[in-house]
Amino acid sequence: MYEGVVQDLIDELGRLPGVGPKSAQRIAFHLLQADPADVQRLAHVLTEVKTRVRFCEVCGNVAEEARCRVCRDPRRDVSVICVVEESKDVVAIERTREFRGRYHVLGGAISPMEGVGPDDLRMRELLSRLSDGEVQEVILATDPNLEGEATATYLARLLRPMGLRVTRLASGLPVGGDLEYADEVTLGRAFAGRRSLDA
Amino acid sequence: MSYYRDEAVVLRAQKLGEADRIITLLTRHHGRVRAVAKGVRRTSSRFGARVEPFTVVDAQLHRGRNLDIVTQVEVLAPYGQVLVADYGLYTAGSAMLETAERFTEAEGEAATQQYLLLVGALRTLAAGGHDPALVLDAFLLRSLAVAGYAASFVDCARCGAAGPHRAFAVAHGGAVCPSCRPPGSAAPDPQTMQLLAALLSGDWGAADTSDPRCRREGSGLVAAYLQWHLERGIRSLRHVERV
Repeated sequence: MYEGVVQDLIDELGRLPGVGPKSAQRIAFHLLQADPADVQRLAHVLTEVKTRVRFCEVCGNVAEEARCRVCRDPRRDVSVICVVEESKDVVAIERTREFRGRYHVLGGAISPMEGVGPDDLRMRELLSRLSDGEVQEVILATDPNLEGEATATYLARLLRPMGLRVTRLASGLPVGGDLEYADEVTLGRAFAGRRSLDA
Repeated sequence: MSYYRDEAVVLRAQKLGEADRIITLLTRHHGRVRAVAKGVRRTSSRFGARVEPFTVVDAQLHRGRNLDIVTQVEVLAPYGQVLVADYGLYTAGSAMLETAERFTEAEGEAATQQYLLLVGALRTLAAGGHDPALVLDAFLLRSLAVAGYAASFVDCARCGAAGPHRAFAVAHGGAVCPSCRPPGSAAPDPQTMQLLAALLSGDWGAADTSDPRCRREGSGLVAAYLQWHLERGIRSLRHVERV
């Protein structure tokens, strides 16, 4: 145990996800030895992020205004919504430059064992966005793991009766990999989702 | 030996650090085991898809100081792919996994009967043919029986008087005769008691033809009985879709 504020800092850092007691101690001593201006800047950013950042009133993405950058952009295609679990998934899809529609951030995935059900996610908000008839397609881009697939299954069941085109991101072989190293589940999905090369 | 190999059902997968997961396994010979599966959240992972919940695997693990490490995995039965395509099956299956996890809290202590029961229940659930809620309730009743909490649905659970009896007392272990009946006992429909007895004994002919109202009442009794013995409720049960 260290004295006073040093121990407080280690305890607070240790509460962060993925930071264990040893890492917390290492970061704390790095901060103690760092330039005071650098530490001030870090403290300022930490305070700012809590005061300025909020969630977009339309899609639930992180934003500094009432609406996020994507929802404010008039050039985005309003007829397509891509449903993702977290804000970090929006960033990952934006990096592809393939998608020009808008997003909807659910805030997680259905996980009964963690006590997370459909009512704990932003599904009602999604349904109210679809009620005006402007949206023609909903792309389900939840993670390709069990919770993500279950969430996609649930949403597809909810959305299909609304007459929308409901699509799911393809699963299969990673680009640049070798076929022989693919696991049987992924390779099976790649076969199930194979596409025709006919013109 | 620092390495060991066993068949297992993946019960839970929790995120760890940048790209790892902590996998909770119910193994055939080593009971419940928690192990780190390194790098499985990366899309390039060679066995990420194999350590998803509901999957029955043949795994090789390396003993660690706190947590073991998953070194190799082969899929024996990928039940997750079937269950996840139907929300009702998924929620019922999740409740089974959580119950199996709770009944095997002592890590490393062999729980072969619970393992075999879970594999059988997942196989039945994935095969379809029965109401998922009935398969779940049958699993819960048998899981309780394996753990030493078998409920009685015919004879009096307290004095053994031959049944059937009308009253059901969770705290006393099931059906109770008029003289043993404590105040506040439930008085379920006799057909509900017959359904629960059928589920415990595996009489699917009787269970499949049961009345939906009795199924709902039976599910409520099973949930109450389970919660009494586990002290804390099963979180997944709240999300199970029932017809």
